[in-house]
Formats: sequence, C-alpha cells, structure tokens
Amino acid sequence: MSDDGAAIAVQEDGGTLKFGPERPLVLDSGLKIEGLEVAYKTYGALNADRSNAVLVTHALTGDQYVASRHPVTGKPGWWDRVVGPGLPLDPQRYFIICANVVGGCMGTTGPSSVNPATGKPYGLAFPVITIADMVRAQAMLVEALGIEQLFCVVGGSMGGMQVLQWAADYPERIFSAIVIASAARHSAQNIAFHEVGRQAIMADPDWKDGGYGKKRPEKGLAVARMAAHITYLSEAALQRKFGRELQRDGLSWGFDADFQVESYLRHQGTSFVDRFDANSYLYITRAMDYFDLAAAHGGVLANALTKARDVRFCVLSFTSDWLYPTKENRHIVRALLAAGARASFVEIESDKGHDAFLLDEPEMAATLRGFLSAAGQARGLK
Amino acid sequence: MTVREDFKEILRLVRPGSRVLDVGCGEGDLLELLTREKQVDGRGLELEAANVSTCLAKGLTVVQGDADRDLDHFPSRAFDYAILSQTLQATRNPRHVLSELLRIADKAVVSFPNFGHWRVRLGLLIDGRMPETKALPEPWWSTPNIHLCTLADFNALCDDLGLRVEACSALAGSRSARPIHPAKPLENLRAETVLFFLSQRTEKTSEPAQPRDDLFGG
Repeated sequence: MSDDGAAIAVQEDGGTLKFGPERPLVLDSGLKIEGLEVAYKTYGALNADRSNAVLVTHALTGDQYVASRHPVTGKPGWWDRVVGPGLPLDPQRYFIICANVVGGCMGTTGPSSVNPATGKPYGLAFPVITIADMVRAQAMLVEALGIEQLFCVVGGSMGGMQVLQWAADYPERIFSAIVIASAARHSAQNIAFHEVGRQAIMADPDWKDGGYGKKRPEKGLAVARMAAHITYLSEAALQRKFGRELQRDGLSWGFDADFQVESYLRHQGTSFVDRFDANSYLYITRAMDYFDLAAAHGGVLANALTKARDVRFCVLSFTSDWLYPTKENRHIVRALLAAGARASFVEIESDKGHDAFLLDEPEMAATLRGFLSAAGQARGLK
Repeated sequence: MTVREDFKEILRLVRPGSRVLDVGCGEGDLLELLTREKQVDGRGLELEAANVSTCLAKGLTVVQGDADRDLDHFPSRAFDYAILSQTLQATRNPRHVLSELLRIADKAVVSFPNFGHWRVRLGLLIDGRMPETKALPEPWWSTPNIHLCTLADFNALCDDLGLRVEACSALAGSRSARPIHPAKPLENLRAETVLFFLSQRTEKTSEPAQPRDDLFGG
C-alpha cells in the first residue's frame, strides 16, 4: 500500500528479483551477465486469468518509481500524471509493472553493481548493453511473475524503443503496444548530443576511467545532464519559461548564473548527480546510440515488425519535439502499416518539446485512455 | 439515428468482411457503420488529432495525417476499398490523391460536389459571383475547396488515369442516391453531389460483365 496517504489505496509491491547463475542474461555482444538482479515496482493486482498486466518501460534517466515517491529525491513518481487511480493506467484495472533497465543504477544490475568476479563494482568492466538486452531482462522478469502475455507495453523516449523491441522480439507476448515520442533508430543528431554528454563525464578528472569510488565525477555528469536537458525542451518553452529574465537586479559582469535559464540548468545538473550514476549514463546512452531496429532485419523496419501483425499499436508524437520528432515517429507508423499491423498514430499539439510526454498533456491522456479502454474491451478486460 | 445518404450508398457498395480505408474519417461514423453492418476490417486517416482520439476510444484504428501528404504511409494493395468522401476538391493535388487511392486499394469510392450543377452555373452566369449552394455553402474566401470540378471534368480525369467507372450516382441532401451515367451532359447539370465507384481499368474483374436476365425476376 502506498505510504503517501493517497485517497484511494493502491496495492503497491515490488522488490529485486535475483536470477541464479543457471539463468544468465545473454547479451547482444555475446557476453553474459551472471546473477542478474532486476529491481521493479508493481501497482494493482494481477487478475485471475493474468490478462491485465501492463509493462511500463522507462526513459534514459527514469527508473522503476513510475508512480511512487523516489527514495533518493523524495519527488513523486515520474509518470504520476498517467499511472494512478482514475488515470489512463489505473492500478484498479491493470497490474502495472515497471523495472529499472539493465545498466541502470536503481537496483538492477549495472556498472555500479558488484562484479562477482572481482568483488568490486564493475565500472568499465561492465559489458556494453543494448535496448534488446534491456528487453530480454524484462522478459525474464515478466515470465518470473507468471505472465504469459502482457496486455500492453508502453513507454516514451527510450521507453518507446523498448516497446518496439518487444514487438520485434516477443510479439506473441504482447496484446497491445504504445510508443510515445520515440524512434526506431538513433539519428546522427541524437548520437552527437549523447557524445557531448559522455565526453563531459570522461573529461572529469574524478571519473578515473570509470573506476571512481565515493568521490564521483559530479561536474562531468552535471554538464552532461545540462546539455541533454536542453534537448528535452523546446525553444518556445524555454522562452516562455525564462526569456532573458535575470536572477538578480543587473548583470554580474562575470560568469555567475546571471540568467534564470542558467540557474535552472545548473540546478538540473546538480540535482541529477544525487540520483544517477555517471557510468550508467555512459552505458545507457550507448545502448540508445546502438539502437537501429531495422539493421538486424536487412535494413527494412517493416521486416522487424511483421510478426507483430496482430498487436494493436498506438504511436504518439509531439509537434515541438525535436529530439524524436514527428518524422521519426511517422517512420515507425509507416513500417507498422507496411507490416500489416493495426497501427494508430496521433501527433499532439504541444510547445513543451520532448518532455511533453512526462507533463500534463490532456490530449495525450485522452488518447491513452481511449486506446487502452478499447483494447481492454477487445481483450475482454472488465 | 438516420444514416446519411452517401453512407447508405457506400454501405451498399462495400463487400462484407473486406478491408476498408476511410480517408478523412472524422470521428469514425462511417467506419463504425461499416464495421457493424458489414464486419469490415476498417482503418482511417484523419487530419484532426481530437477526431483521431475519438476514433481510438471507439476501438477504431486511425492514423493522423493528410490525404495530400500521408497516403504514402499505406502499402500498395493493402485494402479492398479506399473511401474519400467530400474531400478531393480540398486537396492540393487531386490527381495524385486519386492515383494513390487506387494504388492502396483495388477500388475507390470518391464523392465531391459537382461544380457543373445548374445552380452553380446560374449563380456565376446571372450574379457573376462565386456560387454558394447547399453542396458548396461557404464563401470563396473561407472555403477549403481549392480544386473544384464538374462531373464531366472528373470523368475525364478518370479516363486520363485509366480508371474504370464501375458505378456512379447522384446525391442531393436527404434524397436517396440515383444511379447516373457520368458522361451524360444532362446529369452534369442535375447532380448536386456525385459519388464514383472506381477501379483500375487494367485489372481483371472477378465476374465478367454479362447481361442479367433475372433483372426483373427474383
């Protein structure tokens, strides 16, 4: 049960699932992770015929705390506008699962976990992982929870990439899929921004080739977050929020944060380092850069999705998102249609940029609600 | 609920259980009707995001997009029927849209207001003003219709594109559809709105056209 006094009590559960050495996670790179741990949260209850499970996949810096208070920051869940009583993903109707991705730093095995071979944190000894590896670990979790078919897999940004990977790798294990503000491959611009972030981390002397201890490369990680954060917003949103407003009266004639936008970005950077690990940032951004779903299928995205013909898809994009713009999302839709899948698509009008999917967007909520309830009816959910 | 006359006509033409794409499906009324009455596998293309959301809540599968730009999302021969109702005249490139419809589907159902209708001609001839009629209710400066055509014009375009007119009917308000011959000059005067049922001319029809001797029988 939720401890923050919500009006409606929601059954909340979770923990860390540990797989024995007989069940290693076999990676795309050919390497293996033995003793895999997957940290997850669940909301609501699985129904008798196990048909109401929804897997929420998180974005680059997200975690399993989709609708509960974050243990480090104390902030509400990252998708508390979508997951909760009376919301499109209602725990009174669905059994909602969210797991920290492989490579993450909130309990699932990642570069800050202890390497069983050395007894020390992996650091750069952690193998390079991919989106498909993340999904493979999720599939192990879902199976361990006794769920043969998920009612829906839903995620935004990198979460959307995982949804597409689910559709390609486990089409028979999903009834419906929702891809929000995402892409089927990383563009040159996407890779370029990630490289700036990685270089900022690696240029921090405290990074120590990934072998840092208690003293972490906070400055580098903060700069990486600052650069990335700009890509999550839009020019219009930045202008509306900050314009050229100053922090104090008059300029400092120096390099303090004179402008409110500077102070905002610095805050984004410094608060991020409290809850995120620099090496995880390197590994997860790499996984995103390596993502190109079509590549493994002769360069034809539709070929990756032909087996998902019976899955109901809903793809959403936002007009002001320049990180994963409408064009990339339409590319997914076109491939789904070519594959003969049931694909719906909506471009939502918003000036909030890529982050719109995390914010209060009534049109998105209405679309999710409508799509899910119609799919629920088709699946025979009460 | 009364069913629109053009919907009734489309309902009559569409084969049960077929695959249908409704271009400009709005809130999905026609797709719902076809799903209910003819058990079609229906999909839609719709410009307005709010309409798409409404369609999704009804369990319909709809892609947001524009007939001019986004028909290329759909693979060739993916549908039995593509429907374009009262929209062709508002597209930027009607010729392209029409050939796209018949790339995507084996048959197309296209309806549009006939600019050859006598009221339109009379308005222009007598008043010298852009006509405003029941089928064309908006003034010239706010109408979305940028490529108006007459029955004869459209018939000529179909000819040009090598399309076969399988059937053609005239519609006017709530009166029931009247089958017409699209090449008859008199029909070009009389028909307020026309509905064409088209296919590729090169395509073999499943049943060769044969005179029916049971025309007045059972």
